[in-house]
Amino acid sequence: MKRTALIDRRTVVDWLGIAPFMLFALLFLILPTLYLVTGAFLTPDGTFTFKNIADLFSPSILAAYWISIKVSLASSLGGAVIGFFLAWAIVMGGLPRVFRSGLLTFSGVASNFAGVPLAFAFIATLGRTGLVTVLLRDLIGFNLYSTGFNLLSFLGLTITYMFFQIPLMVLILTPALDGMKREWREASEILGASTWQYWRMIALPILWPSLLGTTLLLFANAFGAVATAYALTGSSLNIVPILLFAQIRGDVLHNPNLGYALALGMIVITGLSNVLYIWLRSRAERWQK
Amino acid sequence: MKTTRLLAWLAIAIGAIYFIVPLIGTFEFSLRMRRGEYSFDAYRSVFTDMQFRATFGFSMLMALFTIVFGMLLVVPTAYWVRLRLPQLRPVVEFITLLPLVIPAIVIVFGYLRLYNSSSFLPLTNSTTGTNMLLVFSYMTLSLPYMYRAVDTAMRMIDVATLTEAAESLGAKWPTILFRCIFPNVMSGVLSGAFITFAIVMGEFTMASLLNRPAFGPYLQLVGANKAYEPSALAIIAFAITWLSMGLLQLVSRFHKTAPVKA
Repeated sequence: MKRTALIDRRTVVDWLGIAPFMLFALLFLILPTLYLVTGAFLTPDGTFTFKNIADLFSPSILAAYWISIKVSLASSLGGAVIGFFLAWAIVMGGLPRVFRSGLLTFSGVASNFAGVPLAFAFIATLGRTGLVTVLLRDLIGFNLYSTGFNLLSFLGLTITYMFFQIPLMVLILTPALDGMKREWREASEILGASTWQYWRMIALPILWPSLLGTTLLLFANAFGAVATAYALTGSSLNIVPILLFAQIRGDVLHNPNLGYALALGMIVITGLSNVLYIWLRSRAERWQK
Repeated sequence: MKTTRLLAWLAIAIGAIYFIVPLIGTFEFSLRMRRGEYSFDAYRSVFTDMQFRATFGFSMLMALFTIVFGMLLVVPTAYWVRLRLPQLRPVVEFITLLPLVIPAIVIVFGYLRLYNSSSFLPLTNSTTGTNMLLVFSYMTLSLPYMYRAVDTAMRMIDVATLTEAAESLGAKWPTILFRCIFPNVMSGVLSGAFITFAIVMGEFTMASLLNRPAFGPYLQLVGANKAYEPSALAIIAFAITWLSMGLLQLVSRFHKTAPVKA
């Protein structure tokens, strides 16, 4: 009898040890999210409804989701492809080692250089009086803006987002490429495989969970970003985070619960891509032992 | 092999152009304030702006609070999970990853609804309360990075043996935690601190929606109203990020060459 009581007290102490953390997570992470999620299924006077969710499929909100998804998809795919080639270049390209440490250090900085200052940097570069725009016009007489290019657009936002997407890809993919054993390459060469066959039949099957998983992570990363888009476009580009920002500021949708549904939509999309990412990462780690 | 190297150089060249041109562009733009010649006028204008100093100071203070309270929360938790509740590791790790899943704007939206003036905990009623909420929101944002940094550092030391040794010498829990565990995971604490600093200094969404006079909203305001100062501020912000990440790398490199003996 006495012995079980002792164990019980120990269990209680054990759980008390992480009580502060659990309380913090509950108050500042889980409850706020749950509040919005439940609010998405309620009318303003508190009865259950699916109307808010259904209202998400109105043309203007659907358009916002669609642009957001397009920007996130384009910037994550672009970031993934360029990031992959950069990571490949420093791991397998036979370049001097300076490039490797240089690129990795820079990626650590650039992946954290997001938000408002990043928008400024691209306005100063590709804006109407930006360096590249002016140089193109003065040196070769090419007017970038007459081609219909606009920094405050889908393409402009995608190019800007890639500034933090590419480095993130490099940072996550370099260890994965490091894990590719030299023996696999040599074995395939001895068996007479071409470079193309090596990539198609050995390297890519091993790498695809990492590649796809990281692309999903980049997607979620871009989907939730507010500051860069807001500083770049104000509220002229109708993407979901900006719409939600305006909704929080001043109920532009004229229905607070529709705002909760908008937030729920964001959680579902970033949540799904993250869950898939985690699952793919656990698959990728099988080969990294 | 030759084509491989050629392609590698090409990739690096494209990457370098994409990353370096915006930085040059920003720097060049920030020097254009005086007509017809380059000058540092934009920087002078920024540094003499009272708002710049006030908001920068405010964000520094918030970053400091975030780091101190964040570490007081994360280190004991990571320690306890390793020592006593290893079966809870996946749960705790999952929770620390949640801020990457739930966008910041959604989290702060929840705060505004849950802690408004008519709630059980009306934090947004007072300035102090809102500042506390801002610190909590930053702790949430940096949780994934802090936890991973500390947990990685803790993996290097033998937590159980250290604790037993301290206990057998008669140390109480506060002593074990602050004089034994904390110093041994200092590299993780510092890495977490630097990355938190970089995140908090430029953060816009939380501060703007909680209506606090932080550096991020100030940057946005300048961007909407001035021509050359934003570029100067972007260069300053980039320097801050570079500094934090440089210090982070220094810490982790230092730690690798001279591991703390457990």
